[in-house]
Amino acid sequence: MSNENDTLTLGGHAFTSRFILGSGKYSPSLIEAAVQHAGAQMITLSVRRANTKQSENILDHIPEGVTLVPNTSGARDADEAVRIAHLARALGCGTFVKIEIMRDTKYLLPDNYETLKATERLAAEGFTVLPYMHPDLNVARDLVKAGAAAIMPLGAPIGSNRGLATADFIQILIDEIDLPVIVDAGIGAPSQACRAMEMGASAIMANTALATSGDVPRMARAFKLAIEAGREAYRAGLGRVLSRGAAASDPLTGFLR
Amino acid sequence: MSESKRQRDDLVFDASGLSPAALGRKHRLERDPSARTDPMAYLPGMERIDSDLKDRVLAAVAAYDPARFGSADVCRALGRERLAIEDLEALLSPAAAPFLEPMAERARAETVRHFGNTVYLFTPLYIANYCENYCVYCGFNCFNPIRRMKLGKAQIEREMEIIAKSGMEEILLLTGESRSASGVEYIGEACELARRYFRLVGLEVYPMNTDEYRYLRSRGADYVTVFQETYDLAQYAELHLLGHKRVWPYRFDAQERALLGGMRGVAFSALLGLSDFRRDALATALHACFIQRKYPGAEISLSCPRLRPITNHENVRPGEIGERELCQVLCAYRLFLPFAGITVSSRESAAFRNGIAKIVATKISAGVSTGIGDHASKYGEETAPAPEGDEQFAISDTRSLAQMAADLTGEGLQPVLNDYVDA
Repeated sequence: MSNENDTLTLGGHAFTSRFILGSGKYSPSLIEAAVQHAGAQMITLSVRRANTKQSENILDHIPEGVTLVPNTSGARDADEAVRIAHLARALGCGTFVKIEIMRDTKYLLPDNYETLKATERLAAEGFTVLPYMHPDLNVARDLVKAGAAAIMPLGAPIGSNRGLATADFIQILIDEIDLPVIVDAGIGAPSQACRAMEMGASAIMANTALATSGDVPRMARAFKLAIEAGREAYRAGLGRVLSRGAAASDPLTGFLR
Repeated sequence: MSESKRQRDDLVFDASGLSPAALGRKHRLERDPSARTDPMAYLPGMERIDSDLKDRVLAAVAAYDPARFGSADVCRALGRERLAIEDLEALLSPAAAPFLEPMAERARAETVRHFGNTVYLFTPLYIANYCENYCVYCGFNCFNPIRRMKLGKAQIEREMEIIAKSGMEEILLLTGESRSASGVEYIGEACELARRYFRLVGLEVYPMNTDEYRYLRSRGADYVTVFQETYDLAQYAELHLLGHKRVWPYRFDAQERALLGGMRGVAFSALLGLSDFRRDALATALHACFIQRKYPGAEISLSCPRLRPITNHENVRPGEIGERELCQVLCAYRLFLPFAGITVSSRESAAFRNGIAKIVATKISAGVSTGIGDHASKYGEETAPAPEGDEQFAISDTRSLAQMAADLTGEGLQPVLNDYVDA
């Protein structure tokens, strides 16, 4: 069984890894080992963190060949997100951009309305736009029309490690949206990542779960294995789960001719 | 003699060098309440905004009885995922003292969840020390004959160059509280200069009106810190005897006016040691919490300074708040407001700051001087002595940026010089 053809395509790039690694909240010196153990081909980073003269710039720790996905964290509306995306491009971070727009400093929940506006503008400028959003089917459909390359619904509040609190709504997006659905935020354990992949998610983004673990590279590897397992299960087609009792071994309709 | 009165008498001092007339005015303010203005009455030019936060904070503090809480209340608070106000009250009470370690453990987990292992570094830059207020505990007070100084534009720029060369990317600009010596436009010019050298510009100056905050935002300021000093109105009136700072409600609403003026963030603090620290800590946390609820996009942070010795008066001390009590307050802040920034001052020792950075702190100052125009000498740049203004208070942790960054790294933390883009 080969997985070579099972690729995730974003912005014309084909990726064989379905694990997008975060780079915040842990020491940059661990990034290289985390990427290696995760088998990650994409890594997000906060533009505001890269916007420094600091001798140890986080950008210097990103291994060659890994696609950067700069995020617009800190933006409070579409205008600010667009400006941060332009800054990312000027810093040499490529043309991928993950839109994060928050108007609430307590929960950091994404603002879907402003995210939609920023997606329209940045997609029109040629960016590969990955909008982080609250899983709302109507907004997701509008994001498709606006030119998003994927949609990134949250599983639970960012940094909460609570898993798939929004599982039912993410399932609707997976079923109804033709773009890749990448579950972002809230995934706190490999088992939760595995479940999202079994549901048909295209990829997983995780950061806090690694950063708050005791061993970042090892947890990166655990996520890699879980994501691969979930993907394989999805491709194989999960067996049915009976909600009550067992199936009759003699079909009830066996008498029919 | 009341507790508060006794404490004020410990803080009051007569510096040598004051004229007999000045000394007479000073003593009258200290001894004759009829010589003082009403601390609740606004002065001409002070903007009033429509806000009920003052009343809500004061009502909560008035109802708070720290002695009412027992260990069962503390355990319940520690078991809650989201803390209610009564949980915060329990964690600030004496009953929580034996639970410092579990509080710290949980505080650390919250800090890591929200901020990872990052700690931001910044430095303050005092550009003037003129002051029109008589606050009895402060080294800048108008009856303390210290060397006064206000840096000119070229001097400010020189100081900024020296600081920026050390690698610092965030600066906090401070003045004494004198509108006449350090006007809003003067502060605006300093903000414009700071913008050229730094990514993030904070202000800790006298409270002002919304349109003035809007002006300073347009000149490059990003956030505003105003210390309320104490939320205990009676004690506030006993300690702040003269000047615009005597007007308690105008100061209280400063953060709200700053946000209305477009500032991205605001910082809060009581100066622990001026009054009952448990009540002041409760008030500070509630002030911040209510502001965040009213302005959900505002970046909120808290500081936790204790009284320190000042020029001409070495005996200013934080009283009953030892490091254990300070740690308890900081952990309670973290558990009640897990998303808030917490800044720890160079008033505290290097050992305390190293330890607390692992539990709650998100921002720490380095390369600190609280004097005026002395970065050249303190950063080892100048050969000829330049005029310098005296310091506001004595600092404890004198580490440079490089030393601080190295020490934090050694503690398993990640020193960060900037996490901000002014979009």
